[in-house]
Amino acid sequence: MKYKDYYSTLGVDRNASAADIKKAYRKLAHKFHPDISKESQAKEKFQEIGEAYETLKDPEKRAAYDALGSDYRPGQDFRPPPEWGQAHGDSQAGFDDMDLADLFASLAGRRQRGHGHGGHYPIPGQDYEVPAEITLEQAAQGTEFEVNITVPEPGADGFMRRVPRTFKARIAKGAAEGQRLRLPGKGGKGLNGGRDGDLYLIIHLLPHALFRASGHDLYIDLPLAPWEAALGATVEVPTLHGPVHLKVTPGTRSGQKLRLAKRGLPNPHEGSGDLYAVVQIVLPAELSERERDLLQQLAKGTTFNPRSHFKEVAT
Amino acid sequence: MMHEMTGVIGEVWLDEHNELPQAEFLSLSGLSAVELRHLIECEMLLPVSHAESDSDNALPMRFSAQVLVLARVAARLRSDFDLDLNGLALTLQMLRRIQQLEAELRDLRAQGPQVQR
Repeated sequence: MKYKDYYSTLGVDRNASAADIKKAYRKLAHKFHPDISKESQAKEKFQEIGEAYETLKDPEKRAAYDALGSDYRPGQDFRPPPEWGQAHGDSQAGFDDMDLADLFASLAGRRQRGHGHGGHYPIPGQDYEVPAEITLEQAAQGTEFEVNITVPEPGADGFMRRVPRTFKARIAKGAAEGQRLRLPGKGGKGLNGGRDGDLYLIIHLLPHALFRASGHDLYIDLPLAPWEAALGATVEVPTLHGPVHLKVTPGTRSGQKLRLAKRGLPNPHEGSGDLYAVVQIVLPAELSERERDLLQQLAKGTTFNPRSHFKEVAT
Repeated sequence: MMHEMTGVIGEVWLDEHNELPQAEFLSLSGLSAVELRHLIECEMLLPVSHAESDSDNALPMRFSAQVLVLARVAARLRSDFDLDLNGLALTLQMLRRIQQLEAELRDLRAQGPQVQR
């Protein structure tokens, strides 16, 4: 078992009062709580902070933790002294493949079962939230997502141990960014008849080279040459299901959105989203002499002033 | 240790098309009945079907599964920061506002031109 220094995790002295421990936890929770923090590794850091606080806020657990001794470095392999097992747990327990957090969770479970709560007390399993990154194509067609999590489960000796679990979750077509899937009973095991925890998959769509998703609608930039926009054209536009031809009407402006109905992501309840081609009028990186001549002719022959509204607003 | 590989699991979408009965909503969100009642009273969380308090045949309340996501976060923050009932309601209100703004930002980013890299 690896030693963890819960006091240094919270940044408090070993003799800190319960109030100081709570204050230190609050301060760190404000910084690292994964629901509000934008810090990198916030989830992992808050897990460490929460684990330390869970033990040190409880006088019995804190006493048991202190009794482990303090002559270890964080991460160092250690075994609780023999008298510790007799006083706080099970002297027969094998501690080698155990996590310190699970050891104290087991103690809490034993305490609830042993006294004060009238026998066996159902403890629900822990819920887990896992990000599921999928491509737009996978969202459009549906996919299977492999989930790898490590969950605490009770061993034959009654102590909790981390068990790696792998399974596949089916993501039906039509998933959108930020949507949640609940996989009932796939979280941590419940104890004493408590329900098993759930697993929540949070859908994240990976960036696509061409398309951007907004709900079930997709957007694509449609570069047009100035003469295509001015005179009209028929251009080929890629979609998730292959290219289609799009008619661009004469006088199309930059920024205009051309709608291709039902070419977005499938929406399980409302058919499909739409694909919007966002017009961008672009120029050649370098003009040939002929192109320059033609554009100069156009400049001389036109009365068009794209900034005429400046004067109207200014006066 | 060997990985346990189980079969393919069906999903339950947490969206506006799925509903949860009150008991399940409470169990999954981590909210207590008192907290849920307070959130309903201050209209921070509304059921999709109301129980008629003066009816003997009142149906139990049902909630949109979409609301469960925010309710779970609010319940976690309430627990981790020892929030009182008003703090919980305020948290849910702020979470909802953040969710709306994030959705608007996502839409604007999608609708604008691709950022050149």
